[in-house]
Parts: sequence; structure tokens; C-alpha cells
Amino acid sequence: MEVGLDHYLILSTIIFSIGLYGALSKRSAVVILMSIEIMLAAVTITMVAFSRYIVPTELTGHIFTIFIIVVAAAEAAVGLAIIMAIYRRRENIDASKIDLLKW
Amino acid sequence: MGLEIAFWILAAVTIISAMAVVWLRNIFRAALSLILCFLGVAGIFVTLSADFLAAIQILIYVGAVAILIILAIMLTREVEKGSLSNKLKIPVLITTVLFLGVAIYAVFNTSWSVVTLPPQESITNAIANELFGRDGFVLVVEISAIMLLAAIIGAVTLMREE
Repeated sequence: MEVGLDHYLILSTIIFSIGLYGALSKRSAVVILMSIEIMLAAVTITMVAFSRYIVPTELTGHIFTIFIIVVAAAEAAVGLAIIMAIYRRRENIDASKIDLLKW
Repeated sequence: MGLEIAFWILAAVTIISAMAVVWLRNIFRAALSLILCFLGVAGIFVTLSADFLAAIQILIYVGAVAILIILAIMLTREVEKGSLSNKLKIPVLITTVLFLGVAIYAVFNTSWSVVTLPPQESITNAIANELFGRDGFVLVVEISAIMLLAAIIGAVTLMREE
């Protein structure tokens, strides 16, 4: 069976849904950050698949993917620094207990 | 033929390891299966003939982001508690399955204008031309360099003892 654009899109949809479930349903902030990284990886698969099958002569999807990876690396660094700062103050990184701004 | 087999194996590995990240109770093992998931994504990039992106994926995600996450797990006492779910587990599961169904329906019912051209020979040269050539993305590269610097300074400021 020939592997085409549909296969890549469905694969990335499944991975994105797994990451979405993890990001919405987990308590630990580190696991939420890991799920967000899974979602970003799924989006990059979509970008590269579109670039390969729709516009193979241009590399727009590759350029998008490079910038997604740059932003994801910066996001992971700042996010983990925030988690460590919260842990130092509260001895706990349960995302459902960090609710000072919730009304 | 080899490409199809590689795609199916890599897809299975990526999906199973992504589910393991969500399902495993031990957070350290979840982080290790996150590394496996990133490696699977890099392999899928290779099947899409994006070899430069596969190398970038392994270098940055497996080499930097995963190590950062494992370091954060070790510095916080999360392994003892395990990866727990919050109260919204069942509604979130229903919403996610609904989203998956709608997205797969949309993918099947869209007529994509697929071009059947072979992939380019030297992707890396073409990416360099696209990024740094005329009408390229030089300004965006500079802005992302400044953003990385800001992220480093922000992380150091947040982590510093007061």
C-alpha cells in the first residue's frame, strides 16, 4: 500500500490528540510540558508532510519547522525554569493546586 | 516498498511511545519514552526525505530538551508521587476522541492537490538558500537569535537564588 499525504496527516493527528489528552488531564507540570512537546512534534510532522506532497519544489514547511523547533527549545527552557521556581517556593508542582489567580 | 515498511514501523513506535508518556505512572520512564517518541519523529522526517530536520530533531530534542526535562524531574521530587490525573480525566478523554474523529473526517473529506514530484536531491542546500538567500528569512533568523538570548536570560533570572 502506497504511503501518501493522508497517512502522515492521520499519524500526526493521533499524536497530537495523545499530547492534548496529556496536557489537559495531568497534574504534574513536568508531564504537561512533555505533552506540549509531543503536540509540537505532531505539528512539525504535518508541516513537513505538506511541504513534501503539496509544494515539493519549495521548502516552506521545512522553514516553519525550524522556527517551531527554535521556539519549542526556548519554551522548554523558560517553562522548566518557572516550574523550578514554583517548586522552590511551594515544594509542589501540582498544576491543580497552583490556583492563586483562579476565581 | 522499504519506505512503506519503515513508515509503518516508525508510526507504531511513535504512537506507542507517545501513549506511554501519557499512561506510565513513573515520570522518569515517561521521560525516557518521550525520547523514544522524538526519535520516531526524526525517523518519520527521514521517510519524508527531510534529513536535515531529522538531524536537528535528534540534536535539539533528544540532546537538549529531553535532558532538560530529566534534570527537572530529578531536581523536583516528582518520581515519588508519580504522574497522576486530575478530576477532568473522563471529559478530557471524550473531548480528545471527538477532536480526533472530527480531524480524521476532515482529512479524508478534503481533496488535497497532491503533486507527484520526486523529492529534491540536496535538501540542506535548498534550505540554506531559502533561509539566507534573496527574499529569504534572514530577519526572522536574527529575531529568533534574540529570542533565544532572552529565553536564556529569563531562565537564569528565574532560577537564581534571591
